[in-house]
Amino acid sequence: MGLLDRLGPRRSEPEERPGRPATAAAEDPAFSTKALRKFLSSLTARESPILLDLGPVVGSNVSFFGEQLGCKIFVEDIFADIDRHVRGGKLEELPAFLKKRFPQVTNTVDGILCWDLIDYLDKASAAEIANELTRVLRPDGALLGFFGTAQAQVHNYTKYIISDEMTLKHRPYPAARGRQVTLLNRDILRLFSGLRVSDSFLLQNNLREILFRKPA
Amino acid sequence: MEKDIVNIGKSVVIKGELNGSEDLTIEGHVEGTIQLRDHVLTIGPNGRIKAQVFAKSVIVLGEVTGNVTASDKVDIRDNGSVDGDIISPRVAIAEGAHFRGSVDMQRKGAPAQTQPKAPQPTAQPQEKSSSQGSQQPQPVRA
Repeated sequence: MGLLDRLGPRRSEPEERPGRPATAAAEDPAFSTKALRKFLSSLTARESPILLDLGPVVGSNVSFFGEQLGCKIFVEDIFADIDRHVRGGKLEELPAFLKKRFPQVTNTVDGILCWDLIDYLDKASAAEIANELTRVLRPDGALLGFFGTAQAQVHNYTKYIISDEMTLKHRPYPAARGRQVTLLNRDILRLFSGLRVSDSFLLQNNLREILFRKPA
Repeated sequence: MEKDIVNIGKSVVIKGELNGSEDLTIEGHVEGTIQLRDHVLTIGPNGRIKAQVFAKSVIVLGEVTGNVTASDKVDIRDNGSVDGDIISPRVAIAEGAHFRGSVDMQRKGAPAQTQPKAPQPTAQPQEKSSSQGSQQPQPVRA
């Protein structure tokens, strides 16, 4: 069954959206994504795929993956964990925390939405989480990550909202601390040395979009 | 016909098993298990729940710690919070809501809590999707 066949059947009817005006999502800026489609294809190749989302919960993304792709979704908001450690003055404990953060069994997760998380982590924390994500990802599973290209003093996180398989909307929200690093490509490859790069794109907004696959 | 809705007030604390056959709104504290199999459970803004929840629909405006199973829909409203795993065919999570856990959207008609690893239905054109209105992603169609 093809990706489009899987995505097609369940179109939503307009329904109430508590807590946010219906027009708000339409106002969020959007950018084209090239890797998301391939990421989705990797999920739809599996029955009842397990998805790990490392960003804040986005209701429409949950609906998209849960209803249309039949995913079981684990929402593990690591950005909230960073903020909690910053506010508690316990940033030095973050690497050890991340090492024990994921309860998922080794080789069981079909897809990971890493978003731009790595940009907000120090080197030690990034290494720990990369190891953990590599551990939980099943062979041939996919990880989608975004990496910035400029050292910007950004003190916002970003919610990524899937508009369609080629388009992501993004919505900034306050962060307790800003971006920490701008990784070179070779640093990213070292960080995820247990994975192979399936696709890599430099988007028009200068975001590097990398799709990793775990060797089978 | 007026619909009966029972309200558990802010000052009420319940520990144990809560069963019912009518819609219920909780503004107080409940610890244990809540079962409203065919009815709507609303956790009001002041409601604090530490319980396993089973209901037809669950609307969360307060705080829930525990797993939530609904045969129809789970709706986490703005400022609502759920720490736990959700099993429901429809899940709506508002902007500003807190959620930590997993979401498993069973297909309608699937047996509760025992969703097999069966092949996905190839077409369900009549099935209604969850809320989120215009924010619902729009897959590219061939």
